[in-house]
Amino acid sequence: MISQSESTDSTTVPARFTLTRIPRASWRFIRRWPVIPVVILSVLLIFAVFAPLIATNDPNHQNLRRSLARPFWYNEYYETDPLGQKLEKRHILGADKFGRDVFSRVVFGTRVSLAVAIVSMASGTILGAWAGITSGFYGGLFDELMTRFVDVWNALPFLLIALVVSITVGQGVMIMMVLLIMLTWVGLVRNVRAEVLSLKTRDYVLAARVAGASDIRLMYKHILPGVSNLLLVLASLRVGGLILTEAALSFLGVGIPSRIPSWGQMISDGRDTLDEAWWISFFPGLGIFLTVMSMNFLGDWIRDRMDPRLRQLAD
Amino acid sequence: MRNFLARRLMFSALSMIVASMAVFGLAHAKEDPINLFIQPGYFMAPETLAALKAKWGLDKPLVLQYLTWAGNMLRGDLGDSVQQSRPVTTIVGEKWGATAQLAIVAWIFGTITGIPLGILSALKRGSPTDYFARGFALFGQSLPAFWVGLVGIWIFAVYLGWLPVFGRGAGLPFFEQAKHYVLPVLVLGWGPMAGYMRITRSAMLEVLDSEYIKLARAKGVSERSVIWKHALRNAIIQPLTIATLLLAGFMDGAVLVEVIFAWPGVGRVAVEAVNSNDFMLITGTVFIFTALYLFMSLVADLLYTVVDPRIRYA
Repeated sequence: MISQSESTDSTTVPARFTLTRIPRASWRFIRRWPVIPVVILSVLLIFAVFAPLIATNDPNHQNLRRSLARPFWYNEYYETDPLGQKLEKRHILGADKFGRDVFSRVVFGTRVSLAVAIVSMASGTILGAWAGITSGFYGGLFDELMTRFVDVWNALPFLLIALVVSITVGQGVMIMMVLLIMLTWVGLVRNVRAEVLSLKTRDYVLAARVAGASDIRLMYKHILPGVSNLLLVLASLRVGGLILTEAALSFLGVGIPSRIPSWGQMISDGRDTLDEAWWISFFPGLGIFLTVMSMNFLGDWIRDRMDPRLRQLAD
Repeated sequence: MRNFLARRLMFSALSMIVASMAVFGLAHAKEDPINLFIQPGYFMAPETLAALKAKWGLDKPLVLQYLTWAGNMLRGDLGDSVQQSRPVTTIVGEKWGATAQLAIVAWIFGTITGIPLGILSALKRGSPTDYFARGFALFGQSLPAFWVGLVGIWIFAVYLGWLPVFGRGAGLPFFEQAKHYVLPVLVLGWGPMAGYMRITRSAMLEVLDSEYIKLARAKGVSERSVIWKHALRNAIIQPLTIATLLLAGFMDGAVLVEVIFAWPGVGRVAVEAVNSNDFMLITGTVFIFTALYLFMSLVADLLYTVVDPRIRYA
């Protein structure tokens, strides 16, 4: 790492290894590559995959004797016997009203948040890419209908619609994903379509058509690679927002069903006891914040790497 | 211009129809709404049931119900709330002011902090000011609003006791009432403020990099004039046009904030309506939110053509 940065650095003439150079070189490395977001996201991913190994307490186990137990930096972290001797460790990040371990719930919560966000982002991107490419490629009536449909869709107040859906259809991880896919795909259609409109008039596409390529082949062999950068950038910029939306819905009690630990739900659980047990709401919120911030950072970085022209797409 | 306006209006009307159908259908999709009237464990005579159904028009096919509703809607009648037995328009009318006030104050906050911050961080690119502004924006986009609200309540209301915990503080003196606005406005406005800031910043950077700015500088135009006359006027177009859309977005976001801060607005009415399966009130409130958004996007489109004459009415 050090030698690499020295070779690119032309201002320092002698390439000597001194201790003072390490911080500067690593600072340069951190500024160049998205180290911090990647580290945070990897840790969260490990949490999600190995949740039962990391959080050994059952996240749904209730124990009213431990209701509102405090985190480890309070003395209550240790269960003490009558003589005042420390016996065993309890809840690292405290427990909630029902005595459920906050740390376990936060760790298991990463599963739901990441799974929902990744699955709905991926499916939404595929659907949005299909809609955008098809309507941009064929144009005509289909295109007109699609753009109008997207406009109407965008005008609907998503939060309220989601509330209504959760009441009429029910709650569940699957339903949550479908709702988020519906939110995601419309956001992509317009951008993809605009890009396809310019791509399909390029010479290489025309040449492929002359060579006898079918419409399907043109769309997926020749045009899709042209919009893949755009898709990657948009998806990585918007996945953070999806996590926030999922958490908001769970917070309102209409997202993930309560038997599955999720961050939004936990924040809502801790509302009533905020003044005596702040940790119940605080840590899941911190989890959301770290995840979304890392994803936003990473999205910005990918965008700048891939195509700085897309700067305006951020919002 | 006339043509553009006509097309645009027609499209808005079409959107409204599709949206209202969707909402109406969804709100009626649950088990027979007539069950709302029957308390669990009680028996209702079939005749009474039939009379009730007839009264609410639930005995007719859904299409007919929708047409009746739509016809009344055109006459400004959104039907009666099932639970409160009052017209939906009256209920929404009572609460509308609170939501609009909150949204407008948050909107003003977002605009007057976001745009100047964006300009400042573009002008002082790479400076501590820039990093601070960008960090502030990043936090605004990454923090869950409802969590910020709770932590804000915990710190400023419960722990420090500086701000009130909930409500709107109607009837209190101005200063006391203003205190009620601090946390909700901050929670509602921070995220959009970040959006403003980022858009303004990137637009400003792009403009500052353009040929005509270089020409102006080469001509010896003063730096102040370059920034305020040449750069800002061109960079401000985008943030200004999203401003109207954001105001509509605030109405949507208000749902969450109203629930957290017990703000007596339309958003809370809607959430309560959904929870009690009050199909008329659900349809009415969602319809109003949608209409508002469509209206705002119409205004945004028109504004776009006014602010930037280069855009042709297509």
